[in-house]
Amino acid sequence: MDQIPYAVVKLARDNMRPTGLDYIGHIFKDFTELHGDRRFGDDPAIVGGVAWLGDTPVTVIAIEKGHTAKERSFRNFGAPNPEGYRKALRLMKQAEKFGRPVVCFIDTSGACCGIGAEERGQGQAIAENLMEMSTLCVPVVSILVGEGGSGGALALAVADRVWMLENAVYSVISPEGCASILWKDAKQAETAAASLKLTAKDALRFGVIERILPEKDMGKQPFYDRIAAALKTELDALSRDPDLIAKRYARFRGLGAVEESK
Amino acid sequence: MAFLNFLQPKNALEEGGRTAAPIHEDAGEPEKTCPNCHKPIPLSRLWANHLVCPCGYHFRMKARQRIAMAADKGTFRELFSELRSGNPLEFPGYGEKLDTVRSASGEAEAVVCGTAAIGGEACCLFVMEPYFMMGSMGSAVGEKLTRLFEYALEHRLPVVGYAVSGGARMQEGLLSLMQMAKTSAAVKRHSDAGLLYIAVLTDPTTGGVTASFAMEADILLAEPGATIGFAGARVIEQTTRKTLPKEFQKAEFVLQHGFIDSIAPRSGQKALLTRLLRLHKGG
Repeated sequence: MDQIPYAVVKLARDNMRPTGLDYIGHIFKDFTELHGDRRFGDDPAIVGGVAWLGDTPVTVIAIEKGHTAKERSFRNFGAPNPEGYRKALRLMKQAEKFGRPVVCFIDTSGACCGIGAEERGQGQAIAENLMEMSTLCVPVVSILVGEGGSGGALALAVADRVWMLENAVYSVISPEGCASILWKDAKQAETAAASLKLTAKDALRFGVIERILPEKDMGKQPFYDRIAAALKTELDALSRDPDLIAKRYARFRGLGAVEESK
Repeated sequence: MAFLNFLQPKNALEEGGRTAAPIHEDAGEPEKTCPNCHKPIPLSRLWANHLVCPCGYHFRMKARQRIAMAADKGTFRELFSELRSGNPLEFPGYGEKLDTVRSASGEAEAVVCGTAAIGGEACCLFVMEPYFMMGSMGSAVGEKLTRLFEYALEHRLPVVGYAVSGGARMQEGLLSLMQMAKTSAAVKRHSDAGLLYIAVLTDPTTGGVTASFAMEADILLAEPGATIGFAGARVIEQTTRKTLPKEFQKAEFVLQHGFIDSIAPRSGQKALLTRLLRLHKGG
């Protein structure tokens, strides 16, 4: 029996869930963090660097929410600023230069909503990522592990494969935001969550993701090992694909529901 | 006759004002009050001036009016007008909303696409419709824009686009979010082929449209006073509990922070677009 969508939203937001750094620590070896966007600063909400996945060097980028109150505040609750997205793009371009695949872990309620973020071009930073990722010539796999909040999540998800954990959500707007705009009542978030079709099953049905990862043993090593194995197989296949960019274009090109009428 | 002196203009400015705007000429004509200078402006004068108040305030403009303003007379050929959004999520009330908006706006979707000549220069043109769910981007808007960039690539044409949008259309959920990636990929292909894309950001250009194709042009112009941003000002105010600066997210603010190339008042837009299109053709 499926849970009601708003219960899934709550699960996706639970601060006991593994965060970006947990995945990095358990799936990869010898992670070296690389900081900064070389333009303005270093955004703690996005962690990036290089590591080994088995015997393959990879670039790993993860949105980090933190677990404790102190961590969460330091990580800005996983709401990246423009410099975070620009750091991510810098690291992806670096991955392209050295021919290594990119793995992204996404968990954000959305891009940071603030004065500084607007002054530094939040919209432009996300737009540039969408554009540049569409032609990155190395394989990219993005995994939504918790919240997939709108453009702030998509900015790391223009990938060859997008996967979601069983109880992750992916949505154009938060259920609360949707309810307050449409019905002037944030309390109707439960209805909005159901209407937005934001669960992993919905995303799979719409062709927005390729795979749902089960959450059995979540947080324990077997859970991470399963993800590592899936990533290895997938990256191996993608690395041998000569039509990577054309297929990535086709992947997004086909999304949407349009009617033709006279 | 000194007692008639009060009928004489006191200074040149007053006289100038009276000659420039005789009060009786437009009596009885419908007027609109300008939200900036709070003066009533006769509609005929507003229309003759591309919906710009004498004080410089740019009123919102329908897509078809913009096309008439920007494209050379009789050159606009509409493309992909048969495309429209469905209701893929069966989102409550969305189907009815679309019906209402379609009959009220006279448009089938929130963007009008086609080919045109601007100052004799052939180009692809898209103009978003503020009176269709505030130019929000759903599947059909994304599909029309993607097809337009693909068409422009195939025919090696520049793209000129007028953006106005509240962002992604939430009633289409994830599929509307995906239009951001889809349109961006199409812009990238067009750009990688060495072709020009000029965007004019008009009031308001926000959310998922700012965070995708609207900000991806080679040359970014904006109308004076237009709100351009990612997050909504009210949301930022509520989240940060800070009072926002008066000019926050206005075109002038965005220019100052380095995210647009120039502010283009409506009166000179066509000449500017023509000049830029010609220069890139020659280059």
